[in-house]
Amino acid sequence: MKKVTFLNAITEALDEELKRDPSVFLIGEDLFGGGGYGQALGLIEKYGPDRVIDTPISETAILGSSVGAAATGLRPVPEIMYDDFAGVCGDEIINQLAKLRYMTGGQIKLPVTVRMATGAGSCSAAQHSASMQGLFMSIPGLKIVTPATAYDAKGLLKSAIRDDNPILFLEHQFLLLSDEISEIPEEEYTIPLGKADIKKEGSDVTVVTIALMVHRALAAAEKLQEKGISIEVIDLRTLVPLDKQAVLDSVRKTGRLVVMTEEPKTGNSAAEISAIVAEEAFDSLDAPIKRVCAPDTPVPFSPVLEKFFMPDEEDLIKAVTEIM
Amino acid sequence: MPIPKEKLIDMFRTMVRIRRFEEAVFTKFAEGELPGWVHMYIGEEAIAAGVCAVLRADDYITSTHRGHGHIIAKGGGTDRMMAELYGKKTGYCKGKGGSMHIADVNLGILGANGIVGAGITIATGAALSAKLRGTDQVALCFFGDGAANTTRFHEGINFASIRKLPAIYLCENNQYGEYFHVSKSMNIANIADRGVSYGIPGIVVDGNDVIAIYEKVNEAVARARKGEGPTLIECKTCRQHGHFEGDAEIYRTKEEVEECKKRDPIPRFKKQLIEMKILTEKETDEIDKAAIKEIDDAVKFAKRSPDPDPMETLEDLYV
Repeated sequence: MKKVTFLNAITEALDEELKRDPSVFLIGEDLFGGGGYGQALGLIEKYGPDRVIDTPISETAILGSSVGAAATGLRPVPEIMYDDFAGVCGDEIINQLAKLRYMTGGQIKLPVTVRMATGAGSCSAAQHSASMQGLFMSIPGLKIVTPATAYDAKGLLKSAIRDDNPILFLEHQFLLLSDEISEIPEEEYTIPLGKADIKKEGSDVTVVTIALMVHRALAAAEKLQEKGISIEVIDLRTLVPLDKQAVLDSVRKTGRLVVMTEEPKTGNSAAEISAIVAEEAFDSLDAPIKRVCAPDTPVPFSPVLEKFFMPDEEDLIKAVTEIM
Repeated sequence: MPIPKEKLIDMFRTMVRIRRFEEAVFTKFAEGELPGWVHMYIGEEAIAAGVCAVLRADDYITSTHRGHGHIIAKGGGTDRMMAELYGKKTGYCKGKGGSMHIADVNLGILGANGIVGAGITIATGAALSAKLRGTDQVALCFFGDGAANTTRFHEGINFASIRKLPAIYLCENNQYGEYFHVSKSMNIANIADRGVSYGIPGIVVDGNDVIAIYEKVNEAVARARKGEGPTLIECKTCRQHGHFEGDAEIYRTKEEVEECKKRDPIPRFKKQLIEMKILTEKETDEIDKAAIKEIDDAVKFAKRSPDPDPMETLEDLYV
């Protein structure tokens, strides 16, 4: 086993896939300096400027070129610095990456992994802090991956790059900035897309969550245990394809569901998961489904406001307690 | 270097085939047989024919909502195209895409695209791909005067210019971006003048002169293959039909449409070929007859082809 940060894990995945497959290349802004958070640090020196391609500030060209390169036999891994910037290259995501294969009757293959930072916690304000998972989930034709740990990030990113479909790979910025060390295997490994991970088993309430909120849920789990409440924390890891079975199995066991995500409440991934459980496991529920989410506002700047905006352990403890 | 006789004849044949295809399409559309919308290429045939006569089979093109001419000129099958317009299972896209989204990846046709300007950055990517793979393939983007004012024009061409990508950006300026005349949509006279912004050649050419188009595109393709970077070519032309079939064309006069018809590239080229003694009148008639039969067969093929199974709606999403 070796010790890495979440950021190191991303770099290792990129390094290993660049080495393994000559058709893989990175493309994005400031990759010379490692990219938005340093995820690509050291790679341009190692692989050269034709495998790690630095660009001007041109999101539509970054993603549009990735579409053209992928359609002609290469495997691009573009970086769009923040998922907020999906607004800038929205057409490439919504109308090209998501739709070209389908519209051409399966002729075009787009093995593109779009890496984007997501989430808040660094007082980067509204245009650099969004959690866009719900919006992305609603676009058929994409896969959405959103890891919470270094181990998951590395294994999932490697799988995403090898997948022949267009994938949005969301790296939580708070986790990218974190010094926290965890252990990952020395030897190479991958994690399949579409499989949730039970980060903590429990019996009283199923808590389904993603990204940074996984850590909040685990912290809440300890405090709840002291009160005699046992929560099961499911880290979805992938939103599309969704591991629906893992969620339903857990709800059938516990009878209670709380979905926790950093997204604003309306129309988010938690809404989708809640609807699925209400449709398919209604008889197993002993209490209403609860969602713990951010308010329906953009992300505010001031630390006091950002803290209020972001869901935390106390929010989850309150929600869980309400349905016991 | 003069253009080989066979190529001249091929270009003429392509123009005639495109014209007959489009005539069948607007006729069938008017008869209510085609779902959705169609955008006619009538009057612009010299561009597709002149361009694709230069390109190799392994070169790439991206096309637009007005793309039937590009696809035919690049080698697309008129039967599978017609079947796609009819929404049939035997269409290029199994009925999934329709007129604006036809692709044939084996022929390097990376799709017609319904988003104005989208093909510009996609072609940039195909050119990037060729360069990274070390081949001498080129990527040619067909786009209109309307697309020349979109973000992708700027970002796509700028990116190609800094990396000297083997791309040709081919603007078909038919004077109208939908209903909006080009004199109102830009403050400059020529889209080609924007080459200066990217440090690349910007060439204006008569879009109804197939030989002139061939020559200019040939130079641009040669530049690209030698690694000298992209070129912006603007073909000045006009479209004889409206933006789409059913367009009442309130934005232009009947006189203007008649003026456009006088510039029809097909009778002009036919006259040239006869004068150059490349073809006789009889031979041009035979080419036309063959085209009419080909398109007639394509329509028959499309009409007798089966619809896709409704459950196919759920297929072809993921690999």
